[in-house]
Amino acid sequence: MFDSLTQRLGGALSSLRSRGKISSSDIDTTCAEIHQALLEADVALAVVNEFIELIRTRSLAALPQFQSGTNQAQAVFEIINAALIEILGQQARRVRFAKNPPTVIMLAGLQGAGKTTLAGKLAKFFADQGNTPILVASDLQRPNAVTQLQVVGESIGVPVFAPEAGNGRGDAVKVARDGIAFAKSKQHNMVIVDTAGRLGVDATLMAEAIAIRDAVNPDEILFVVDAMVGQDAVRTAQAFLDGVGFDGVVLTKMDGDARGGAALSIAHLTKRPIMFVSTGEKLSDFDIFYPERMASRILGMGDVATLAEQAKKALDSDSAAKLESKFARGEDFTLEDFLEQLQAMSKMGSMSKMLGMLPGGAAMKKQIANLDDGEIVRTQAIVQSMTPLERRDPKVLNGSRRIRIAKGAGRAVSEVNSLVERFGQAQKMMRTMRNGGTPAGMPPGLPPGLPPGMGMGAGAPKSGKLIQKKKSKSGNPAKRALDERG
Amino acid sequence: MGLFGKIIAKIKGTADASTADWDELEVALLEADLGPTLSSEVTAAARAARAENAADAISQILRASLSSKSREILRTDSGPCAILIVGVNGTGKTTSAAKLAHYFAKQDAKVLLVAADTFRAAAVEQLRTWGERLDIDVAFGGDKADPASVVFDGAQQSMARQDDFLIIDTAGRLHTKDDLVAELGKVKRVVEKVMPVREILLVLDATTGQNGLAQGKVFAQAVDVTGIIITKLDGSAKGGIALAIEKALDIPVKFVGTGESIKDFAPFDPDIYIQGLL
Repeated sequence: MFDSLTQRLGGALSSLRSRGKISSSDIDTTCAEIHQALLEADVALAVVNEFIELIRTRSLAALPQFQSGTNQAQAVFEIINAALIEILGQQARRVRFAKNPPTVIMLAGLQGAGKTTLAGKLAKFFADQGNTPILVASDLQRPNAVTQLQVVGESIGVPVFAPEAGNGRGDAVKVARDGIAFAKSKQHNMVIVDTAGRLGVDATLMAEAIAIRDAVNPDEILFVVDAMVGQDAVRTAQAFLDGVGFDGVVLTKMDGDARGGAALSIAHLTKRPIMFVSTGEKLSDFDIFYPERMASRILGMGDVATLAEQAKKALDSDSAAKLESKFARGEDFTLEDFLEQLQAMSKMGSMSKMLGMLPGGAAMKKQIANLDDGEIVRTQAIVQSMTPLERRDPKVLNGSRRIRIAKGAGRAVSEVNSLVERFGQAQKMMRTMRNGGTPAGMPPGLPPGLPPGMGMGAGAPKSGKLIQKKKSKSGNPAKRALDERG
Repeated sequence: MGLFGKIIAKIKGTADASTADWDELEVALLEADLGPTLSSEVTAAARAARAENAADAISQILRASLSSKSREILRTDSGPCAILIVGVNGTGKTTSAAKLAHYFAKQDAKVLLVAADTFRAAAVEQLRTWGERLDIDVAFGGDKADPASVVFDGAQQSMARQDDFLIIDTAGRLHTKDDLVAELGKVKRVVEKVMPVREILLVLDATTGQNGLAQGKVFAQAVDVTGIIITKLDGSAKGGIALAIEKALDIPVKFVGTGESIKDFAPFDPDIYIQGLL
């Protein structure tokens, strides 16, 4: 997301960096570049103008101080970063919980924005934090929206209140009201009300949304908007604000290449913060929106904070503790542990997504996008095709066992061989660690023995290069110079 | 009065329109999602044509930027005409597939719908509900079935029934997911084992911004899109991105969806659309 915006801004800023001294005309050029980049990203014109004005005045005001400073481009960069954070809404806001449960969250938005999917994601997000949400199916318009919510609810283990089958029949207001009463009686501490999508100009449906609002008295109304939306977004958002009203914005489909500029506009013009972003088709592809991190991402500075959090979420759980206590008891690292670690890794999300959050990650987005996440799956398949005995003691793996495993996993025998070999190395490494040593080049937390190309990421230097550096210098100065250059 | 009426009237009224007036026109074009490039082109052309002819000049350049390809969907003489419905998530593919089926059925054509969106929860049921309401047969597979197998069965059924049209609703996919876009190619190839695919229609939400161009490019590259369906044109969005796509990719808009009712669907008429804009 925001990638093309990042690229355009990156272009503008690197040309700024190439200047020794920055003049006011350089600032004008940069501003013009950013102007075009923002328009192409669907940011509303009024917001673009305001943003540019902000950067221009601040940069020009800071210019006298710049002249003596060393890193002038960096100073402009920081001004832009600060302005972006301002536009994006300063601080992340959390959902306000009701003093007397249940906390009621109502979703509103255009058709196809992704409300029903989002309802599931929200429910999962809060359930994972120990809440007891219930979903209420008040979208009685779209055919089988109710069924969709039921399927979603079932897959995440969250109950769904759906007395009406929908498909254009039934009273959405009554469903919502009964849903709250039901939640109270079953002591759910949170209710998420999914409503029908509606156009900003549709007075009847807007009236229905208002009636639902008045019936359930929500603690938060979230306006769900597609990141790909265009210039009309601001008008639509305003219509919703004037109609049903909303307290926060949720951006969906942020995993595409949409630049999400309209979201900037909505947050800025309606003065309602962006609270969550949804970044994929899996129900766990969902996160709190942090303006600072987003600004960093737009400017290509990476989002290490989010990456670290996700790693923690996936890895700090029981498995690490279990592994530790296992070692303490003097047991060996087995293929079963290896499998568990792999599964924890894949829980963190796709490799490409994680690498994209690294500083400079945006620049190699294209290579990252085609990184093969299937490698983890294939490795898992091989391990899962082994018997418990084989997993505990790979030494028993003779030729015929390997052939059987390869057949079971649908891979070549050579892949089984290389996995076993890599695992052997990993096991050795783990033994060294247990005996107090730290093997070189092992990042903490990452499972050892990952398939080549995974784990350390595409950005890490190839080991071949490292070896080359250690090569002894030639006694011949000319040859040495050649070596060093090469 | 359309979107630009007020501004055009203003430009007309002044003997010598000021830069500010032209800027206002450009802003209006931008706000219709025509994009910065097309907007400035149109403004420049209108400006060159002098103020009194601004309306004509704008309508002319807009028309010139449209694709010259046919907007018809051809009935084939022998065997069903297969139509693949593709697009990103939430643009209205399933609804459009149903509307399109109804549109043909009204013309006494024999239609089969295929529910190949086996990914989104309840998408198959959504299409089947439409099928029941409209009395149109829907071919579908088991839960989480492979879309290619559902499509293959559907195509064979359609061939046996000697339908006029076979309309295939596929799962929404973001154009940035290479593997999912590649899967569309597979779906197409599978149909082609049974019959040629005549039309691949990209469903585009009228509220989409400049990202629509990226969508159009990727889908066109992957499966050779033959036409566009613009949906949700009944809102305040003008769908100007469709013009930008027609110009950049030479893919004609073939249908428009203008509401939630099954009747709110019609072939795209460029004249009416441009008149509506002006």
